[in-house]
Amino acid sequence: MIDWIAIFSNAAQELISPTTAAYALAALGLAIHFGYTGLLNFGQAGFMALGAYGYAISILSFGFPVWAAVLVGIGASIVFALILGIPTLRLRADYLAIVTIAAAEILRLIFTTNTFDAITGSASGLQGYKTGFAALNPIPDGTYGFGPFTYNAYDWWIRIVGWSLVTVLAVVTWLIMRSPWGRVIKGIREDEDAVRALGKNVYSYKMQSLILGGVYGTLAGMIFVLPRSVVPANYQTSLTFFVYAILLLGGAATILGPVIGSMIFWVLLSFFSGFVARAVEAGWLPFMSQVQAGQLRFILVGVAIMLIVIFRPQGIFGNKKELAFVK
Amino acid sequence: MSSDVTPTSTPVKTTGLHVGDAEPGCRKVDPILIADGVKRTFGGLTAVDVAHVEVPRGAITALIGPNGAGKTTFFNLLTGFDKPDAGTWEFDGRSLAHVPAYRVARMGLIRTFQLTKALGLLSVLDNMMLGAKGQTGENLFRSVLPFLWRKQDDEIEAKALEILARFKLEAKKDDYAASLSGGQRKLLEMARALMSDPTLVMLDEPMAGVNPALTESLLDHILDLKSQGMTVLFVEHDMHMVRHIADWVIVMAEGKIVAEGPPQNVMQDPAVIDAYLGAHHDTDLGATDTGHVEALKELIDDEQ
Repeated sequence: MIDWIAIFSNAAQELISPTTAAYALAALGLAIHFGYTGLLNFGQAGFMALGAYGYAISILSFGFPVWAAVLVGIGASIVFALILGIPTLRLRADYLAIVTIAAAEILRLIFTTNTFDAITGSASGLQGYKTGFAALNPIPDGTYGFGPFTYNAYDWWIRIVGWSLVTVLAVVTWLIMRSPWGRVIKGIREDEDAVRALGKNVYSYKMQSLILGGVYGTLAGMIFVLPRSVVPANYQTSLTFFVYAILLLGGAATILGPVIGSMIFWVLLSFFSGFVARAVEAGWLPFMSQVQAGQLRFILVGVAIMLIVIFRPQGIFGNKKELAFVK
Repeated sequence: MSSDVTPTSTPVKTTGLHVGDAEPGCRKVDPILIADGVKRTFGGLTAVDVAHVEVPRGAITALIGPNGAGKTTFFNLLTGFDKPDAGTWEFDGRSLAHVPAYRVARMGLIRTFQLTKALGLLSVLDNMMLGAKGQTGENLFRSVLPFLWRKQDDEIEAKALEILARFKLEAKKDDYAASLSGGQRKLLEMARALMSDPTLVMLDEPMAGVNPALTESLLDHILDLKSQGMTVLFVEHDMHMVRHIADWVIVMAEGKIVAEGPPQNVMQDPAVIDAYLGAHHDTDLGATDTGHVEALKELIDDEQ
């Protein structure tokens, strides 16, 4: 028999999991890049890796307090954005795509190589950087919550911090996108020469957008490693594509899209993996092994996303009217 | 095209703009834009090679010439969208060499494009408001605090609505610019250019692809710019329109300025006729080839 309660409760947990919050933040950053400014950043995984490693290395190797470690991560991503942006933002959009995807891979390989094992932990990564963050936890020890949402004090602390950050940054994004700054940014997405002819420093605006979205990705990387350890294999190109999938699912030029998109993505992923694993166990899928079942969830999620993109290409929160004019 | 348009009123032409004879590169009484030795080559092709040209202030100047004469390239060079290989050029007494396009625009030299650049997925009103200069809320850090820019934004909106009303686009203000017709986009682009109170408006083929009814209203808008004290420089192929509204005409061919003068005179200039029809259009190319001439004569006789 299939334990439906366990499948649904596991799926429900993903609604507020820190990983979902991290992906929502990363997708919000991409919404600024891709949805609003039209910058094709395929290196969001690189920004997330800088957040994760910047935070963990500052604490482990240099003994920094939490706030300083966060600032180091943000500083690293600003430098990264400048390095990517200075040569490519004057060129056409596709050049940025190529450069970002390559730069993110370079970062991951640097973190993986044995040469810097003493600092990066190479392929096995880093752990033991959580004490500082746990010490800030004001929640007394114990277990709280109801139903599937029952966690200990540390797990609640990560969730509260993660989702507060998502809320604050979503509101900030909403504010800036309805301001004159957002108007310039959206104008650049439509035609940067026209915006230049109106006296706006397009290069500077694109750089600001790249930095801002990158900082969101960096903060996402920090939230991402709080419930787990820092492992370089997590920052492959596929991470960027999952974030893109979330963004397109929710709607590229929307605020709620990346947040709700991340929730839907992770709930679906958890539901499919729980269902398939238990279905194989129960002998419903005799042609399949447990290992194959583990991969099937990505196929099913892929199909689900394809269906959404075909039948609702503007995403869940996108404006249907925009589609009438897509070139 | 617009040859069947009957002008509603004869515009008042500005005269006495030049000093000395009206010849290529002649001096103007009060030039707003001066280009000297501006040269741009693409590989082996010299697209623009302008020895000297001055654009008179407060008048409507037309830049005409056959296709490939380098008019649009010259526009791009003047506005910072392209860099010349050599030369100096100045606007209002300030050199524009190495000045990026956005700064040129801030100095008051606003241009439009041959292929209209309406910002499709922005509303018509947002398109307009983007044109205003010196907006406080365009700074990232100030943009999160609406109380810093709200008042200025309201003023810009009021101004945008007023200009939209003049261009009869106010009913479209909440529509996406992408939903406008080609002619309406031309109007929007011109209206948007006015949002920054420019001193010199450069219009690249404002009439291309616009129906005759709209042409007339566009003409009136261009004349309106002049009456408001702005200088207009425009590229156009429609000679009827050039004759109707331009105070001064500059003719380009093969990258060079070949003639200048008031529209009536310049149209008679042999250099202009050469530029459009070819320098040998009235010479008999067969004059030295008696055999062909014989054959041609026979052909003509046959037809008669």
